[in-house]
Amino acid sequence: MKKLLLLFLLIPMFVMAEQNIATLRSADIATEPDAPRMGVEENKDMKRKRNYPMQPPTIPHMITGYLIDLNSNKCLSCHSRRRVEESQAPMVSVTHYMDRDGNFLAEVSPRRYFCNQCHVSQVDAKPLVENDFIDIDAILDSKKNKN
Amino acid sequence: MLNKLKQLWHTIKSPSRYYSLGILVIAGFFAGIIFWGGFNTALEATNTEAFCISCHEMNDNLYQELKYTIHYSNRSGVRATCPDCHVPHNWTDKIARKMQASKEVWGKIFGTISTREKFLAKRRELAQHEWHRLKANDSLECRNCHDFQYMDFTRQSPRAEKAHSSGLESGEKTCIDCHKGIAHELPDMAEVQGWQ
Repeated sequence: MKKLLLLFLLIPMFVMAEQNIATLRSADIATEPDAPRMGVEENKDMKRKRNYPMQPPTIPHMITGYLIDLNSNKCLSCHSRRRVEESQAPMVSVTHYMDRDGNFLAEVSPRRYFCNQCHVSQVDAKPLVENDFIDIDAILDSKKNKN
Repeated sequence: MLNKLKQLWHTIKSPSRYYSLGILVIAGFFAGIIFWGGFNTALEATNTEAFCISCHEMNDNLYQELKYTIHYSNRSGVRATCPDCHVPHNWTDKIARKMQASKEVWGKIFGTISTREKFLAKRRELAQHEWHRLKANDSLECRNCHDFQYMDFTRQSPRAEKAHSSGLESGEKTCIDCHKGIAHELPDMAEVQGWQ
């Protein structure tokens, strides 16, 4: 009985998988398709628009070979508070110097140390799935137009 | 046997008593060629990547890290081997560095970095030696290939252009000031200038 119940639970999952995830692969399960070409990392040094105010800004330059580990953090060698004067890079926001209780620390908080957990560089690639995200301004505009 | 040795000693002590000056000069000339050629061949043999990575200390730690960097693998296939960056190309400087390197033979014999743990513990010190050397000679080994005169700023990204046309051009900075860890992983960078 338990097994049957599990099966019923699993069926819709498989159906969903077929609709979404299988299309990403776009090849039979037993074949190994050619890997898509790797995208070129954008390196224009131009700030990009944020889609919502809390969005972690994307990285507008190449980060190939930038190591972040216990010993060193290549990002902070330009973006930390002490380094921005010389590098003229934007400083990491103050929230990165806060622990989770909101206390300010002298150094970047350990929970914010691994930059590319949130911040990523961008490649010039075709999106794998359609994105139907709508900017809040677009929603507000459409409401205004209705009235 | 002893007599023969004594005879040989007499000949060496005063060879011109037994051989003509001409023979001695010609023999000296050829001996010189053989000695000098042999010396240089041996020196050059120690100046190859194959020689460096014949020791597990270099092969297992530093060489493996190098493989992920642009100085090993890149679009045009030009690459740097260990001596390109770590041994001066100029002859006198090269000999000076080779004499210094005799300490590395000592290290090899006594296993100073014979394990991964020992290597990691000593990494900061070893890295500092190289940073100091490159700072002192104005990053000469970088500049053997990367000549500032021929850098095309229009082909660089805006931030690279800014850094190279200000700090590097004025001579205030040298390559290693910003490009530490370009070919190897870094040690603990606490209190290293530019890394706080």
